[in-house]
Amino acid sequence: MSVASLTAVEVEYPGRGKVLGPFDLTLEDGEIVALVGPSGCGKSTALRLLAGLEQPTRGSVERMPGRGETAVVFQAPTLMPWASALANAALPLELAGTPKAEARGRAAQSLHRVGLGDALDAKPAQLSGGMAMRVSLARALVTQPRLLLMGEPFAALDEITRRAMAEDLHRLWAQSRQAIIFVTHNVEEAAYIAHRVIAMSPAPGRLSAETAIGGDMPRPAHFRTTESFRVAVEAISGGLAADLGRTA
Amino acid sequence: MSRTSDILAPLALVALLLGAWEAACHLLNLPPYFLPSPSQVAADTVDSAGLLLASAWNTLLMALEALVVASLLACSLALVVAVNRLLEKAVHPLAVALQVTPVVAIAPQVVIWAGLDHPQRAIVALATIVAFFPIFSGALTGLKSADPDLERLFDLYGATGWQRLWRLRVPSAAPFVLEGHKVAGGLALIGAVVAEFVAGTGGAQGLAWRILESSNRLQTGKTFAAVIVLAIMGALLHAALSWGEKAVLRRLRGR
Repeated sequence: MSVASLTAVEVEYPGRGKVLGPFDLTLEDGEIVALVGPSGCGKSTALRLLAGLEQPTRGSVERMPGRGETAVVFQAPTLMPWASALANAALPLELAGTPKAEARGRAAQSLHRVGLGDALDAKPAQLSGGMAMRVSLARALVTQPRLLLMGEPFAALDEITRRAMAEDLHRLWAQSRQAIIFVTHNVEEAAYIAHRVIAMSPAPGRLSAETAIGGDMPRPAHFRTTESFRVAVEAISGGLAADLGRTA
Repeated sequence: MSRTSDILAPLALVALLLGAWEAACHLLNLPPYFLPSPSQVAADTVDSAGLLLASAWNTLLMALEALVVASLLACSLALVVAVNRLLEKAVHPLAVALQVTPVVAIAPQVVIWAGLDHPQRAIVALATIVAFFPIFSGALTGLKSADPDLERLFDLYGATGWQRLWRLRVPSAAPFVLEGHKVAGGLALIGAVVAEFVAGTGGAQGLAWRILESSNRLQTGKTFAAVIVLAIMGALLHAALSWGEKAVLRRLRGR
């Protein structure tokens, strides 16, 4: 069953021309797909289309219309600086009219799941970059979405934190198995996190290559050193480089 | 440079300038109505300290009253205007016109409207006008300054206009509103002094009256003393508002 799809979508911005498309993408339930591509190739635009935050100029978008069925994690943690971690994580529920006590209870559970059970009352300024991103993740998961859209969420984190976050993401995914779209410009990260890596061409972004990544999830130890992982990473990188060469 | 020399350098300069001033007054034998010596000003300040402090207190109260009234008016108008684009278009030119109108130009009329027996009312009203704009402008800017990604998040979760206003825009505006109050505090004080000047009556018994009174009597030393008290009061008010701003922000952000 597909949870979201883009069919022949094209997006044009006035003054900037076409930034995306035509582009097709179908996401199956429980599937993790990574979108990689050079900056400005429309990865984030595709994400906003799936979130319903933007409409395509042409083509069609199918998504689950229910409130809280789709969640977004942005590139920055995007937390309310005046609110505690708990209040931030409870926001989606409170906006939907869930009674405050219940919303806060579920937000606390969600924060526990991402390993922040001790920091419920902390304000964003008191959290490290990785912790703030975890609050953002807890907020996205609090509505138990069927589709999680992540726009370069770990880009600003250091390598160690980044790898830990990837492990945590898989662990969380294994519990609820929602579909995830993960935008990144890091090919290794894409191949590590996703079942399927979609490489996009420079703007206007189109599908340039699609690579299936085998292996279990969460990833076994030393997955990054396996032959199949290395081969997949090389294939994706090679495709992206060839694309850049063609346009340059 | 060390901290001590950071503090000593400006003090040394002030001492040097005061010394030169004192020496010039004595050497050139200047009459005190033309330029009183620093020691004369100091003596006059001590002499009339009680009266000056009472007058400063009156001026401060009028300025604070104006600040409170301006704050209530500006914040509520900004809230109303922020939810209605058309209203913003309508109000903005008027607010700007009010800001660029010199307070001295309208003061005499406001004094008449307030009633000649109640110069305090006119002074508070005029200081309110002066203090209004920075708060209004800050609040309006702040209400539109929310993180665009947070706005998108509110869209995604289907927030109502009301939720967006109270849960996102108003708290996002807080730093701008606080900054506006800091600027407005100083302006309210200036406004109160200028308005009292123009009102030209002793009814309010503020610092401006002390300045008018002493300069009319050519007691220049007392004029200087009043100006010094006014400057110190302005600096203290600014420091208090800055401290309040920092304290509120620290509480909001937890750091």
